[in-house]
Amino acid sequence: MKIGTPREIFEGEARVAMTPDSAAQLQKLGYDCAIESGAGIKAGFTDDAYAAAGVDVVDSAEALWSGCDIVAKVRPPSEGELDRVKPGQLLISFFYPGSNEALLEQAKGKNANVIAMDMVPRISRAQKMDALSSMANIAGYRAVIEAGNNFGRFFTGQVTAAGKVPPAKVLIVGAGVAGLAAIGTATSLGAITYAFDVRPEVAEQIESMGAEFVYLDFEEAQQDGSSTGGYAAPSSPEFREKQLEKFRELAPEVDIVITTALIPNRAAPVLWTKDMVEAMKPGSVIVDLAAERGGNCELTVPDEKFVTDNGVTIVGYTDFPSRMATQSSTLYATNVRHMMTDLTPEKDGTVVHNMEDDVIRGATVAYEGEITFPPPPPKVKAIAAQPKKETAKELTPEEKRAAELAAFKKATKTQVTYLAVGTLILMLIGSFAPASFMSHFIVFALACFVGFQVIWNVSHALHTPLMAITNAISGIIVVGALLQIGASSWLVVLLSFIAVLIASINIVGGFLVTRRMLAMFQKS
Amino acid sequence: MSAGFVSAVYIAASILFILALGGLSNQESAKRAIWYGIAGMFLAMVATIFGPGVSNVFLILVAVAAGAVAGAVVAGRVQMTEMPQLVAALHSFVGLAAVFIGLNADVMLNAVNDLKAAGADLHALVAAKDITGFGETLWHKDATEIAILKVEVFLGIFIGAVTFTGSVVAFGKLAGKIDGKPEKLPGGHMLNAGAALLCLILGLMYWNGAGAWTMVLMAIIAGFIGWHLIMGIGGADMPVVVSMLNSYSGWAAAAIGFTLGNDLLIVTGALVGSSGAILSYIMCKAMNRHFVSVILGGFGGTAGPAQEIEGEQIAIDADGVANALNEADSVIIVPGYGMAVAQAQQSVSELTRKLRAAGKEVRFAIHPVAGRLPGHMNVLLAEAKVPYDIVLEMEEINDDFPDTDVVIVIGSNDIVNPAAQDDPNSPIAGMPVLEVWKAKQVFVSKRGQGTGYSGIENPLFFKDNTRMFYGDAKASIDSLLPKID
Repeated sequence: MKIGTPREIFEGEARVAMTPDSAAQLQKLGYDCAIESGAGIKAGFTDDAYAAAGVDVVDSAEALWSGCDIVAKVRPPSEGELDRVKPGQLLISFFYPGSNEALLEQAKGKNANVIAMDMVPRISRAQKMDALSSMANIAGYRAVIEAGNNFGRFFTGQVTAAGKVPPAKVLIVGAGVAGLAAIGTATSLGAITYAFDVRPEVAEQIESMGAEFVYLDFEEAQQDGSSTGGYAAPSSPEFREKQLEKFRELAPEVDIVITTALIPNRAAPVLWTKDMVEAMKPGSVIVDLAAERGGNCELTVPDEKFVTDNGVTIVGYTDFPSRMATQSSTLYATNVRHMMTDLTPEKDGTVVHNMEDDVIRGATVAYEGEITFPPPPPKVKAIAAQPKKETAKELTPEEKRAAELAAFKKATKTQVTYLAVGTLILMLIGSFAPASFMSHFIVFALACFVGFQVIWNVSHALHTPLMAITNAISGIIVVGALLQIGASSWLVVLLSFIAVLIASINIVGGFLVTRRMLAMFQKS
Repeated sequence: MSAGFVSAVYIAASILFILALGGLSNQESAKRAIWYGIAGMFLAMVATIFGPGVSNVFLILVAVAAGAVAGAVVAGRVQMTEMPQLVAALHSFVGLAAVFIGLNADVMLNAVNDLKAAGADLHALVAAKDITGFGETLWHKDATEIAILKVEVFLGIFIGAVTFTGSVVAFGKLAGKIDGKPEKLPGGHMLNAGAALLCLILGLMYWNGAGAWTMVLMAIIAGFIGWHLIMGIGGADMPVVVSMLNSYSGWAAAAIGFTLGNDLLIVTGALVGSSGAILSYIMCKAMNRHFVSVILGGFGGTAGPAQEIEGEQIAIDADGVANALNEADSVIIVPGYGMAVAQAQQSVSELTRKLRAAGKEVRFAIHPVAGRLPGHMNVLLAEAKVPYDIVLEMEEINDDFPDTDVVIVIGSNDIVNPAAQDDPNSPIAGMPVLEVWKAKQVFVSKRGQGTGYSGIENPLFFKDNTRMFYGDAKASIDSLLPKID
């Protein structure tokens, strides 16, 4: 079978769906390849290069459409292009079936089979043909480059002989593939990067790319990303309010805003309102990657770059991948080639359109005269459902009270037992010992008690000073020797003298060492 | 000074001591607390010296002055790494003083009894200043009180003697003058038990009026118990031993306080005693050991062979460690006794300063029993001017290891041993440890391939993310310094 790629007729489109490299790979699958003359010029691939790779270079689009069994292109086909489709011909391209119903009807009427590259389900196996991701990756990178191009300062902070340059602050809204690519690019250029997303589970990915996740102080049942195939879902009005409030707070600080927030099959949500733009510093740049779907920024004009009255540049280009045509063509062509690999299990150059296959079924929007969009949910979930977090069982107030009461009762019981035993022992001693002893004993018991109470509060780091200071004050034993030193016996005097001497060493040494230690502790 | 005035001063001194201990709850108030302690001690001594019933003031001043000078010299000269042995040495003084005072009490009791028997008149004696305040107290005691007094004397001397020799041995072990390995005479604990029994018998004989020689003999035997007990405890358990001896010195003071009927001694002794007891308890809990098994020495209750350790220890040089440090964002340093031995704290502080200057998060993880004293590492790091707010306790930092890029273990072994969690047969099974192996990379600075004080192999050294950085800790860290940018 023959696979062909026409020149993109969409104005300004520079990409091409087949490169000499991908053609070589397709030939290995058993296909003959054809390309319309001049199709790859804008992406940097000459007809000669194709011819050298064994591709049949066809002069006109008409000849290509009629001469091929499979047509691979980038942009959705125009009506004129679809007119050329033969029954049973396979068309592979972006299609956006959700918003291109008329085209879909036309394809159905033509009995064509259409595989929409934008409908490839997001499962691990299909990542190699996920053209949206490859394009988004490029768009994210290019958005930062575009912003830098329009931004009058360095990204990275520098201290130079000619003065200090503060680092640029970049806010990235929406951390899908494009957002993450933008984060990576911005951080590697040295900017301070913040990122926001409505899906809290991407916080980890954001932080792994080196940006700071902007947390919203908002209590809401977490959206489980797995239920929407990893895409964002619309958020509640309260959440949106909170989010806009946060953005309003950030607007005066950030230099560059890159918005990438898209919700599948919906207009882009407006997240960066007029007043936020007005609050930004002159010279700031907004790059709206969602411009094609209306834009995340209220002021975005699709396909245009303009400067607002307060000096903020708003970039609303919708063709970022096309602006890097060589790179995006290489990636897209590879995605298409992978799709063909899956369609050609035998590698014999014949397409087996297996509608049981999750990926092929998901991407096929028209098949044998039927519209097969939207596809049934894939059998394999895109992302494993988040394991339900083990939350401590919420105790009802009654249970809580009961537990507290039980703990209180238990504590009371042990305390009372200790007290009872202690009292008993004291009474036992008291019934034998004379009163003079008991008065001292009370002092002793109380002092022990005070000691226990006080020492528990001593900070861990101060245990060594504690030991040194208790050591010093245990030198109080000197008092005993002092009371004895006046005795008439020479032996007592001698022993007391030594005792006073060594206890004094202990007191002075202990206190001085403690003081030395404590003086060293300092805060940073 | 009247007796009432002296009592008032004693109360003030007791309160000051309590405030001094309570003030140690944080670093800032601790600086004030120490002055409370000094003031309390000063008041107590002055009040006693110039109180009733004290003579020979000249001798006292000589002794106090000599002691003060000696103490100041010692305290001024000592290196912060030698702190544990200094504290141990000072404990021994309290113990010895308690023994002397106890013996004195007995001598004086006999003297007073002789005077009584000779029919002397107390008032005349007091008037002629022929009797001390303590003698006067003794004079008033009746038979029961004297019996109790003898018990107190016995306890004071016994605890004092154990404290004395125990502290001397602890000092020797900590200073490296005695081998740190546990050593026991044949007979082990039975010998201790026999000696204790002998002491008890001597005590009973004394109680029944056998004379002062029983007490002297008892002091010697108790001294043997102290020596033998501490000799049988390994170096790794020294934090517990030192705090236990601290506690003993307090109880000895309290016992002497009972003998002399002096409430200040009782209160202070009880404060010190309970403080040491709690510290010992905290230490034991940190090592997951029972107090009794620490005191009796050796590791108790292990069964079955220790887990086989597979793999090999992989060495790394300074360049490798420096590269990892330069790339890391967060670093945790785990210091141990090895850092103290090598006097590496200044180098570690310099390393910390450099890493922090490079914008990295550097923190210290301190295990409760790291070093040879409770809080030993904190003091060393404070000496090297490491800010105390980046020095964290085990509980505060243990959860942070998985998010840490590099952990540097400097001269610690058992406190980072994963066998405590993984191997139920390990002698240290169940002991809480710093979970350094959960970090992305671990570097262990260590002199050689030997085992730690507890003598057990450390599986940490064999883990995939562990690299051994052999050499003296100070030399190793110093070699890193020029390579950090």
